[in-house]
Amino acid sequence: MSAGATRFPAIVAEVTEINNLIKTFRFVREDGAEVPPFSGGSHIVVEMDDDGTRRLNPYSLMSDPADTGGYSISVRREDGGRGGSRFMHTRVKPGMTMTISYPVNLFPIDGRAKKHLLLAGGIGITPFMAHMAQLSERNQIFELHYGAASRAVGQFGDRLRKHYGDRIHLYYDDEGTMMDLPSLLRGQPAGTHLYVCGPKGMINAVMKIAREAGWPRGALHSEEFLAPPVGLPFEVELANSGKTVQVGAAQSLLEAIEAAGVNAPYLCRGGACGQCECEVAAVDGEIEHNDHWLTPEEKASNSKIMPCVSRFKGQRLVLNL
Amino acid sequence: MGIQFNDETFHKDYTYRNSPAGIKRFPFPFPEDDYMYSVNIEPHVPGREGSVFEHTFDVDEHYVSEMRDRARVLADDPLRCQSLPHMTLAGWDLLELIMESKARDYPDMFQLTKNGDRWHWVNKPLGIDDTFTFLDETTLPYGPMEYITRQAQGDFTLQDQRDDNLWIEAGMVTSQADWSLDFDIGMSFHEWHAPVPLAGGMGIFDRALKFLLKLQYGAPVRRFNWTMTVDPLLDTSPENYHKWGPSKATLTPDTVGRRQHLRVELQTLYRLPRSNAIVFPIRCYLISFQDLVTVPKWGRRLHRVLQTLPEELAEYKGFARNRQMLTDWLAQYDDGSPTSPGWWAD
Repeated sequence: MSAGATRFPAIVAEVTEINNLIKTFRFVREDGAEVPPFSGGSHIVVEMDDDGTRRLNPYSLMSDPADTGGYSISVRREDGGRGGSRFMHTRVKPGMTMTISYPVNLFPIDGRAKKHLLLAGGIGITPFMAHMAQLSERNQIFELHYGAASRAVGQFGDRLRKHYGDRIHLYYDDEGTMMDLPSLLRGQPAGTHLYVCGPKGMINAVMKIAREAGWPRGALHSEEFLAPPVGLPFEVELANSGKTVQVGAAQSLLEAIEAAGVNAPYLCRGGACGQCECEVAAVDGEIEHNDHWLTPEEKASNSKIMPCVSRFKGQRLVLNL
Repeated sequence: MGIQFNDETFHKDYTYRNSPAGIKRFPFPFPEDDYMYSVNIEPHVPGREGSVFEHTFDVDEHYVSEMRDRARVLADDPLRCQSLPHMTLAGWDLLELIMESKARDYPDMFQLTKNGDRWHWVNKPLGIDDTFTFLDETTLPYGPMEYITRQAQGDFTLQDQRDDNLWIEAGMVTSQADWSLDFDIGMSFHEWHAPVPLAGGMGIFDRALKFLLKLQYGAPVRRFNWTMTVDPLLDTSPENYHKWGPSKATLTPDTVGRRQHLRVELQTLYRLPRSNAIVFPIRCYLISFQDLVTVPKWGRRLHRVLQTLPEELAEYKGFARNRQMLTDWLAQYDDGSPTSPGWWAD
């Protein structure tokens, strides 16, 4: 199995500045053909050539899944990040050719739900935009609650409000409006499924309140893509390929492995899907497990690592790669 | 049209036959002289010209008669086709996949013209010429899955993906090797595989599920399965066991060549784009022993496979009672010479 989903060259058709933090990018096929349809909640991986550093970042698709003319994503600039979002904001211009992957869905809806309760925080709104297009097309019942720092950065809210009317509920920190999660989560009809996408603190809070309110586990869905964190440089030995690889401060372990010419499996590159799981052959030091995939026991045993987001601090790390 | 369709039956007088060309392209499933389970999954990419892998969905000389047999089975038992309400979108995905594939691969027989959401579909072998609105169920005579699988050989199941599992929640199943959609519908991956011996303990289903949950759109995969059927009967269902089960008891050494068939399933798996569901087409190919041994390599190898097969598998596949008779019959075609690797005819 080759690494990642199928990729194809795409042209950046449009770059739209939503506000000083968020830009929207529209990709169309280089050959003018249709892009594959997708399901709400899907992401694509965008490849960037950042002056010789190859970056592959996942972004949720926000366009209508039925629109096969192209794909739209939104990117929030993270100045403290490793450089992917900065590259998208400062270097990507209309007319450029980039490589993108086929859509992969790690955040699907449950089609059996009687109602879909969608909770978005900040840039976590994007997968729900695709979900809502698909849900309304299929005449399904949904309700979106979207919180953002301010009306200025939450500009998608007004657009959604116009389109979907009173199914959209907006909250802005600077206006002092906040989701009343306890009453919202207690007042839902049986058969409702809950979906949350946003910052870690929000996801944790929603899940805690939902569990306390007695929601069935199977009715709770969340997606948090982790950006690979920056950290101290470290060295890793790859037992199977016989290589020793230096991992830079702003580079993920997976990126360093790829840069060394080793073809490692991956899908989401955000610690969620499990595809890049790798066996640890030897370790003398501390693995910084940053993923959502390994169980606490697996993390404690230090027998496995998710190279897309996890790092290492110590004397020696050897992987079966 | 490039294919001469047979006029044949899969019940009562059993006039089903493979032409010499049909024998030559038969997907013989054994790459080695012995057989044991394996996940044996490979990418479903176009294969050798003339083979059953040449196109995404193989259309062969049995197409028209198989579709007639499907209609007959459905008329007797409508529960062979079921789709839970949330699987309709996956049905549209499947309709799109089959129509686009067949129109691309067999343009002389199938044509699809799209004018926005208005689609015009022509199926010449079955005499169908319909215009409908994509994603609008009211514009088709059946639900989208039933509509298109009445025009496509093989069984189809649709699996929803949720809770890190796959759930069989829709299907068209009229040519099955002794399993029931009506019984299995709603089950999870491990539940519907529970009757299979040995493989669970080998961890095969855990690995297969893990693999399938990550199956990518645009990267379908395939594998073979096989069993034995007396008389060329597509509908070997539990519901009708009283009709076909006793035929095993009437097989004699004199009739093995004509009546005993190797039943091969070409199983493929596709991620569906709009629904994120997985479709599992199970295409059944039948060949009589007397036709099979016209390829000397296959005769030798089938004899060796049946000799060495674990007893549990012969039981599960339903031919334990005739195993010795089949092996004896095949022995006359096994001179002990080596067989070449792989399954293609020499």
